[in-house]
Amino acid sequence: MGLGSDMYRQQILDHYKNPRNYGELEDPDFTHVGENPSCGDTIRMDVGLDEAGETIEAVRFTGDGCAISMASASMLSERLHGMTVDDLHALDTDDITEMLGAEISPMRVKCAVLGRQVAQDGSKIHRGELDPDDRTITEE
Amino acid sequence: MLVLGAQFGVMGVQEQYPFDVEALRADFPILDRKVGGDPESPGEGPGDDTPLVYLDNAATSQTPDQVVDTISDYYRGYNANVHRGIHQLSQEASVAYEQAHDTVADFVGAAGREEIVFTKNTTEAMNLVAYAWGLEELGPGDNVVLSEMEHHASLVTWQQIGKRTGADVRFIDVTDEGRLDMDDAAALVDDDTRMVSVVHVSNTLGTINPIAELADLAHDHDAYIFADGAQSVPNRAVDVKELGVDFFAFSAHKMCGPTGVGALYGREELLESMQPYLYGGDMIRRVSFTDSTWEDLPWKFEAGTPSIAQGIGFAAAIEYLEEIGMDRIEAHEDLLAEYAYDELQGLGGVEIYGPPGDDRGGLVAFNVDGVHAHDLSSILNDYGIAIRAGDHCTQPLHDEMGVAASARASFYLYNTVEEIDALVEAVGEARDLFA
Repeated sequence: MGLGSDMYRQQILDHYKNPRNYGELEDPDFTHVGENPSCGDTIRMDVGLDEAGETIEAVRFTGDGCAISMASASMLSERLHGMTVDDLHALDTDDITEMLGAEISPMRVKCAVLGRQVAQDGSKIHRGELDPDDRTITEE
Repeated sequence: MLVLGAQFGVMGVQEQYPFDVEALRADFPILDRKVGGDPESPGEGPGDDTPLVYLDNAATSQTPDQVVDTISDYYRGYNANVHRGIHQLSQEASVAYEQAHDTVADFVGAAGREEIVFTKNTTEAMNLVAYAWGLEELGPGDNVVLSEMEHHASLVTWQQIGKRTGADVRFIDVTDEGRLDMDDAAALVDDDTRMVSVVHVSNTLGTINPIAELADLAHDHDAYIFADGAQSVPNRAVDVKELGVDFFAFSAHKMCGPTGVGALYGREELLESMQPYLYGGDMIRRVSFTDSTWEDLPWKFEAGTPSIAQGIGFAAAIEYLEEIGMDRIEAHEDLLAEYAYDELQGLGGVEIYGPPGDDRGGLVAFNVDGVHAHDLSSILNDYGIAIRAGDHCTQPLHDEMGVAASARASFYLYNTVEEIDALVEAVGEARDLFA
């Protein structure tokens, strides 16, 4: 049993073939795009917050890429709903692989975490903690 | 030996092998190893029970015992620096390292060691010419002609030299079938062209480019031609004089040799006229505080302690290949490439890039409908199959192909029809998984 085949469990294939929350928000509080140029994986995340700007109320994503990156963004879009912005920032790589329910081979971790990085960097730009010109990228 | 090119009839394709592939595989112990991944028993965690199917030879080839032993013999028996010792070990190392240049020169039809500079790899050979010749000679109004199927080794190098010198960099169109548009080449190469730098065999499309024809075109306009032989020298007989090239480069590690060494062929008078690219020890004849003079060719371009063991191993790899025979290696590659092309095409839902199966180098780049190349490579890895997925250092070509990435299976002398069958079966499984 390899690291790879476990990655393509039904859940991942399902989210890849039928991505949830796919599309764009009309009036997002923040929007951000990330890209891993060597893979060609691109993800855009639109996030809407509550009045206080603390809780995530709506998420949409669009993108193009491999099954791991797309399924991860799709699952994350569901997971983020109702989450506080602080909790978003606390999400680490282990949280993402746990969410995916599969062992991600080392070479593919960059695919799995791209969506999370896009959401976190978008939020940091929104908070004024990150230069909007900084590119979001999760490959070396 | 059977007649090559005969139809695959009742006899298996294996019957047409130009040499005893199974016997030769014994020279490569790595081919017997197992790798993790059995898709039949998911959930058991990483294992190591699947036979390796190594189809990433265009990236790097495996190394036979004969080459490993040669390198080992050097380190165990006569490891010493070259060119500076009076002692016996240095003598032995120097002779072996210098003779390795002769072996490489003979292999590609160069006049002698003075036309063969050992570099780190093909990329460094390209940079050597770009810096030592390009930066000195090029200026506004000049142009360098490349092709759209260049590896980044050539593309990025001339692109950046163009920026620094003001020279224009032009790209010969690639046709829908993955060949160079020679009419476009004739239109692009003009009297301001100083260098034509084109890949001999494309590492993505498998196209075998008409280098001799391009050499004539370049020379008609008093331009030089540099052919990148990284994917041609490993699997076909190459004669630089017959091709008519001014510069030529290739890497040892793609032809059963070690990493860390490659060769630049340059016509002697051209290399003679060029200034060194790197300065330092080993490349000088006489040094004072104010000036220096240079060693003879090729040492003028080999500053510092070179890759001695690797250089000697490079020659051992060539001896290994020559014993089998380059014509027979080419025949084997042709057999595998055509078989793989036909079988993958027959699967359905597979798009293959480049010329037809009977007219290409030993590699096949493709995409499977609905499956990202990286996902495909991950799944194939579960079957023990090593292929390349990505842009293969030809990003602009992939842009032209309209894809971010492709999967590439590339073959070498030890690969078998059974391994291609395993590839095709796994590609079919991946396609079905994503359907």
